[in-house]
Amino acid sequence: MSATTAPDVAAVPLDAAPALRRRQWLATLVVALRLTRTRIGLTIVLAITAIALAGPLVAPHSPTAFVGPPNSPSASGMPFGTDALGRDVLSRFLHGGRTVLGLSVLATALGVGLGLVIGLTAAYSRGRLDELLMRTSDVFMAFPQIVFGLLLVSTVGPKLWLLVLAVAVTHAPRVARVMRGAALEIVERDYVRAAEAVGETRRRIVWGELLPNVTGPLLVEIGLRLTFSIGLVAALSFLGFGLQPPTPDWGLMINENRLSLTVQPWSVALPVLAIGALTVGTNLVTDGIARATAHIDGGSGA
Amino acid sequence: MWRRLLTRRLLLGVLTLWLVSVVVFAATQALPGNAAQAILGKDATPQTLHALSEQLHLGQPVLAQYGHWLGGVLTGDFGTSAATQQSVTALLAERVANSAFLVVLASAIAIPLALALGVLMAIRRDRPSDHALSAGTLVLAALPEFVIGIGLVLLFSTSVFHVLPAVSLLPPGEHAWQHLDVVVLPCATLVLAVTPYISRIMRGSMIEVLESDYVTMARLKGMPERTVVWRHAMPNALVPAIQVIALQLGWMAGGIVVVEFVFSYPGIGAALVNAVGNRDVPVVQALTLLIAAVYVLVNLLADVATILVTPKLRTAER
Repeated sequence: MSATTAPDVAAVPLDAAPALRRRQWLATLVVALRLTRTRIGLTIVLAITAIALAGPLVAPHSPTAFVGPPNSPSASGMPFGTDALGRDVLSRFLHGGRTVLGLSVLATALGVGLGLVIGLTAAYSRGRLDELLMRTSDVFMAFPQIVFGLLLVSTVGPKLWLLVLAVAVTHAPRVARVMRGAALEIVERDYVRAAEAVGETRRRIVWGELLPNVTGPLLVEIGLRLTFSIGLVAALSFLGFGLQPPTPDWGLMINENRLSLTVQPWSVALPVLAIGALTVGTNLVTDGIARATAHIDGGSGA
Repeated sequence: MWRRLLTRRLLLGVLTLWLVSVVVFAATQALPGNAAQAILGKDATPQTLHALSEQLHLGQPVLAQYGHWLGGVLTGDFGTSAATQQSVTALLAERVANSAFLVVLASAIAIPLALALGVLMAIRRDRPSDHALSAGTLVLAALPEFVIGIGLVLLFSTSVFHVLPAVSLLPPGEHAWQHLDVVVLPCATLVLAVTPYISRIMRGSMIEVLESDYVTMARLKGMPERTVVWRHAMPNALVPAIQVIALQLGWMAGGIVVVEFVFSYPGIGAALVNAVGNRDVPVVQALTLLIAAVYVLVNLLADVATILVTPKLRTAER
């Protein structure tokens, strides 16, 4: 596997002109797409997304219809047999991806957005506010993400909005810490000082000067958090605290059928394979973006 | 002065622990809705509701409730389980031991394995074995722990080979270390989950050290490559790895929740899932606090270790 076909990025002076700097996220993605690992990852992600989105349209049966005896082996029209309650495994699998995917994307957007605001605010304001935000982050980071999710579920009960909120809230301090670190060195640079000197508002400096310069780490965080979101959302459903029966959902399918693993492995294996493939795909893309970011930052001599 | 740095870090750790206890309590006790009602459900009679409210001190102001709870925690009394009416401390003692055994065993295997793999990848840099291991760890790092766990069950317990038990059931009163066969798969899952992260950071750190002047110097002096790598380069490459190891050990405190549930392993992770399902608030409080405390402690130790092994920090004037 010759993944690192060194792309020629030194030719593009990215840090030179402010106009180019504002398109840095695009340049990062273009460079990342030249790497084999990014392409493999993207292909996997697109394939699983296609299954999740188009699956319900092609499913042969209703995901909640009882079509045969429980745990029956494959038969004509039911290539993967029936699940522990006698529903078609393939149909439930084809219907079960939307929830995992949708909730993960939502939790990632919310968590990274919140973390970005906290991190950039902390980096720009410094002083007491910075100290307060970072110490608060430390406290919340003391809870492993799944444990904090369970803590919230134990009080309110399994609700979908809570699932998204729990995952997002646990992402935020972790994202904030990374974004703060990335923004700290930018704060010191001349163009930020110049913007301050001409009296730009705080908000414009944070979003107009800081944000365009930390898009590399931000893209990596989005990818990383999406990977973790998928695992967390699926895990909470798997534990029984996410999607509730009879909803077809990959995490819940594993929970419902794990006791009949010996007689009917497909109803567990299909969702496990799909979730595994999806996280591997997002992680490969993330690694590609991380490499592209390192390359651009290194190549521009910043 | 490194002493002052250490003291500061210790105090910060204690402060974080205290705030963690506030968060745990606030999340479980101060949220809207009557906790007693939530535990007992719709069929609760006024008498049982009242009895449970008394037992959970729900009649008192929130601050008094917190004081009462924290006082108990500090003396090792986590209250009474709402589900079984047993003392939480007694209920969990055996499970804590089982989980601790699992985590310690997994760490004892994963840390040396990951460090060795990282060094191996670094000295084989850009050769096929490095590419293969890098790709392998990248894939493994992405997989959620339940995917790894169920994958191992499919492979070794049900569908392909039938060599290991799929569920980790123990005879009552016996400990996990008396039945090692039930520990193998949960332990392997944890090892596979944390090894990639540690070995990847070790690879990067080791590559950097191998390119440094003193390693070149050692080679020029004619030292055997083995000595150069393991005696000179490795200990220096270890410093950045310490923080990642701590992060992974802290992760494991949460990772056992899903892994123990997959294998029905009789530890605190599976107990937490049960307690959340039963809305057994005192048990949830005890376990989340315990897990967060482990995380804070591990990070504290990592910072202390980093301060102690970094000469610049050790001698820095502050």
